Amino acid sequence: MTASQGRLAHANQLIDDEPTDPHGAPGTIGRLERLCTALTRSLPATGVGVSLLTEDHQGGGTVAASSAASRRLEELQFSLGEGPCIDAYTSRRPVLEPDLTTHGMRRWPGYARAACDHGVQAVFAFPLQVGAARVGALDVYRVEPGSLTADGLTQAVTFAEVAMGLLVDGQDGAPDGRTITDLDDALAYRLEVYQAQGMVMVDLGVTIDEAMARFRGHAYAEGRPVSDVARDIVAGRLRLKRDAP
Amino acid sequence: MIAADQLAEVFVEVADTLVDDFDVIEFLETLTKHTADVSSTASAGLLLADAHGQLQYMAASAESVKLLELFQLQYQEGPCLDCFRTGTAVINTDLHEAAGRWPLFAPRAVEAGFQSVHAFPLRHRQRVIGALNMFSTNTGLLEPGDVRILQSLADIATIGLLQERSIRSGEVLTEQLQGALNSRITIEQAKGVLARTHGVDVNAAFELMRHYARRHHYRLTDIAQAIVTDPTSHPDLTTQGTPQVPSP
Repeated sequence: MTASQGRLAHANQLIDDEPTDPHGAPGTIGRLERLCTALTRSLPATGVGVSLLTEDHQGGGTVAASSAASRRLEELQFSLGEGPCIDAYTSRRPVLEPDLTTHGMRRWPGYARAACDHGVQAVFAFPLQVGAARVGALDVYRVEPGSLTADGLTQAVTFAEVAMGLLVDGQDGAPDGRTITDLDDALAYRLEVYQAQGMVMVDLGVTIDEAMARFRGHAYAEGRPVSDVARDIVAGRLRLKRDAP
Repeated sequence: MIAADQLAEVFVEVADTLVDDFDVIEFLETLTKHTADVSSTASAGLLLADAHGQLQYMAASAESVKLLELFQLQYQEGPCLDCFRTGTAVINTDLHEAAGRWPLFAPRAVEAGFQSVHAFPLRHRQRVIGALNMFSTNTGLLEPGDVRILQSLADIATIGLLQERSIRSGEVLTEQLQGALNSRITIEQAKGVLARTHGVDVNAAFELMRHYARRHHYRLTDIAQAIVTDPTSHPDLTTQGTPQVPSP
């Protein structure tokens, strides 16, 4: 197991350990909410939220948050049309703002003021993406200004990877009892995995997001490591069929 | 040692790519090619650390070096790993005598035709963010002047990633680094799209994409993003049966 797979497994364990809210949402959304509370506790932070965005900026919205206050801070970005989560999605890279009272105020005048009114002075946004496939962003909020530590940054990126996996796999994702990390090293260094995603896109005539989901779904169904399936696709030994489930 | 006029050319061209709106992948690829040029018998590759502190492949001057970089990542041993862990350069290591240090990597590098290897850290203040790797097909030693030049090229790579001087540079560097790593992934996805569309291998697909980007003055990452998000956006490149074969 590589270091990053170990961290992914640890993150999934922390999410498993979070108490389940009996009134919480079922399925993927419920697990994303536990992901938010687990990361909040682990960092620690004041709150964490996950929002979805779309290429045309028409759809999207907040899907999970660690608290009602964090959810408001997420939603505020959509009503104001500015904020770290939108910038992280648009620029395809993390947006790290350790001080909303100074630099952050110039970056997002409306959002920074509103966040400060809510008592939040630092925000760190991480895109949920794998290459060109992107679905949204994860935001970390803190009452105190200041940078995330190197370890905190690693944790936040790891949780963002887990969130991306959950959103790609959707409701009928990985079979019960099997975490993403058991089979998946798609987020590790294997270039073939990414090349295979592009190939599946062409083979199935679908978007890259869907190609990723179908490719992973095929690996789960066959019980094979994603990297093995990728190698077969890149070598031309395997083509997913358009009518495959 | 590299000739002065050749060295000047290397720095002028590298500096040129740093102006304005440069493409980070193109920049790092150019940098590895110039690193290779410092010695007439060399090839070069570059790795960057992700947020897990794990090195990832970014660029190489030749396919054989790319495979050796990936081999180091796969088996977690080799000059780049040592250089990254210790933050100090690995210089003039004779691969024939390195089997004790790198039992898997050294024989593989020899098999690929290389005799010696060097690695230089990409540093930013106290932090090591990656490594620049150079392989030579002879066992000639690097002179002190060459070592300084190669470390400078590694430093230029860091500067290129930093892009702006700022008191927030720690944050900016992390943002840039993550952005660069994701650009590499996008390019791999786009290679997959083009390879399948035209029925060619991924290396030929990359050449198609690079050739197209240069001819039309697009940034490589922008083209890759366009291909993957909307395969109809560049019909010259993405329509089946009309591959723009690069001219020699």
